[in-house]
Amino acid sequence: MTRAPRLSAALLVTPLLTFLLLSFVAPIGAFLWRGVTDAEVAPVLPRTVAALAGWDGRAAPDDAAFAALVDDLREARARERAAGAGGIARAAARLNADRPGFRGLLPMTARRIEAPFDGPARAAVLAISEEWGDPETWGAIRRAGGPLSAFHVLAAVDLRRDAEGAVRAVPPDQRVFGQVLLRSLWISLLVTAACLALGWPLAWLVATTRGWAATLLLGAVMLPFWISLVVRTAAWMVLLQREGVVNAALGAFGIGPLPLMMNRFAVVLAMVHILLPFMVLPLVAAFRGLDPALPRAAASLGATPWRVFRRVILPLCLPGIAAGCILVFIQALGFYVTPALLGGPSDQMMAWFVGFYATRSVNWGLAAALSLLLLLAVGVCVALYGRLAGFRRPGTA
Amino acid sequence: MARWVTCVAGLLVAAFLLAPILAILPLSFSAGSFLFYPLPGVSLRWYRDFFGSDFWLPALWNSLLIGGAAAGLATLLGVPAAFGLWRMRGAARALAMGVVLAPMVVPVIVVAVALLLAFGPIGLVATHAGLIVAHAALGVPFVVVTVLASLEGFDPVQLRAAAACGAGPVRAFLRICLPQIAPGVAAGAVFAFATSLDEVVVALFIAGPAQRTLPRQMFAGLNDSISLTTAAAATMLVGLSVLLLLAVAWLQGRARRRLQGAATDRM
Repeated sequence: MTRAPRLSAALLVTPLLTFLLLSFVAPIGAFLWRGVTDAEVAPVLPRTVAALAGWDGRAAPDDAAFAALVDDLREARARERAAGAGGIARAAARLNADRPGFRGLLPMTARRIEAPFDGPARAAVLAISEEWGDPETWGAIRRAGGPLSAFHVLAAVDLRRDAEGAVRAVPPDQRVFGQVLLRSLWISLLVTAACLALGWPLAWLVATTRGWAATLLLGAVMLPFWISLVVRTAAWMVLLQREGVVNAALGAFGIGPLPLMMNRFAVVLAMVHILLPFMVLPLVAAFRGLDPALPRAAASLGATPWRVFRRVILPLCLPGIAAGCILVFIQALGFYVTPALLGGPSDQMMAWFVGFYATRSVNWGLAAALSLLLLLAVGVCVALYGRLAGFRRPGTA
Repeated sequence: MARWVTCVAGLLVAAFLLAPILAILPLSFSAGSFLFYPLPGVSLRWYRDFFGSDFWLPALWNSLLIGGAAAGLATLLGVPAAFGLWRMRGAARALAMGVVLAPMVVPVIVVAVALLLAFGPIGLVATHAGLIVAHAALGVPFVVVTVLASLEGFDPVQLRAAAACGAGPVRAFLRICLPQIAPGVAAGAVFAFATSLDEVVVALFIAGPAQRTLPRQMFAGLNDSISLTTAAAATMLVGLSVLLLLAVAWLQGRARRRLQGAATDRM
């Protein structure tokens, strides 16, 4: 191809790439950036952060740091009176995420330190709160000083740094995210296994049937695939709720009502139902690509059915199986709506916590760090998919 | 023997796929107000409720408007891009494909929260434009993939023939290529529309009360208590999905026949 057509090909792709860069790549990049940076505290306490740079973290810092804190807070208060910005509140919220109590401590200290005092800054600050005598209080400020910071990423895996800078596990009663991550992986794995077990016979049936029956069966797979996820979740709610279809039917036999909803069972059941087509379609493609003469040849050579399955069918269909499993697993990992509607508090997955920290407890750093973990897991799966199934295959979408 | 077991198991799984959807559809025609069987009678009262309500009908219009606009935008950007990608080779193509396909694999919650953060300062949160842009980004990979698939069967020699006859590249694309890949383009647009119609998480985070789409409204309804009006809305969404599925099946059938026709012409 000559140079001109290649240039025009690139020109044709440019509008879409620009659009996606602005509406997709840049917003996600800016959001994730918050997971590895800290920008709230340094603008409010620049001198304090600088004064803490050489501090060893074993005892409360020297008088210079206290004096810097006084200067910073007075200046911040003056700025807020002039411009009315919420800098102190934002810095306090960020520090509170590290050390509970800061949300009140920082604004109170800022308010009360404005009054003139005699003697050293240390005594005046300590008179406002004993907290300022604790090295951990200062450690929180140093950790939030930015610009780059591992605080949120560490928090997302239940780790933190102490005042001296050593990485430690958080106390057992405060551990949340390790459990959430394991739970998300476990639910996704369970859903993938169930989809494989259920999808296999259906895919085999679709692949080996001919004519109108095959069309009908494929339609049965495609129809749920097209129906809105919310509708399918709603269907399970109608079936499983306390005064729902299943309990009404069980009641006719004198059983129940059973608590079928707001638990892990309901979440997994609905997720399997929603993701099953993503397993069946690649499996059908794999089975259709299988030469039927091969299993027959193996059987005629004396292989038992189990041996035919294990040594002939399974290896030949492995790329399709892997593609289906990874497709289901990736999507299961990011599920939000179904666990939110059908699960209880202990069934929520990573996505729910991302949403929670972004909106209800405005902690963008933690939301971004959790998203980073989620994207990392998805990225590993996509790379696996690329190796096992290849990207040339159009897939099911 | 094993064949029969697989057959029965396969049919049971197919029933599992269809049963929950089929089970809730008749409930929306109930004359009573309970979500279980037997129905006390048949009526259209929940549909009257739907069309008479102050929030369901606007939600339906919002869904159609946002879905239509997002599909239009995705098609307008996706078709030329697919055409360009079809002629590109090497690392640049792989990189561009990676960016274009990313919305398919990035968990939608990450997109929703990132857009909430990015659209806030520029005033796109709680606007139709913001939701249309977001849904177009989510739908565009489906357009590109579908159009690329239909370009597989298009013979590029025809473009050179058109150029030899004096047609410019734009004219050659519009008059020679586009008519042949039209079913694929239409199928891609339907895919993008369906993506928007199905999407709830982004709508949950960046839509305001004036942009509530049908799935978003259903989510709100499901969160407090399920009413039969929600069941009526679900039934209508199922109907819409079936229409879209049939449209795509028809378009893909046409595209396949067209490709086969082109293949026999060439022989």
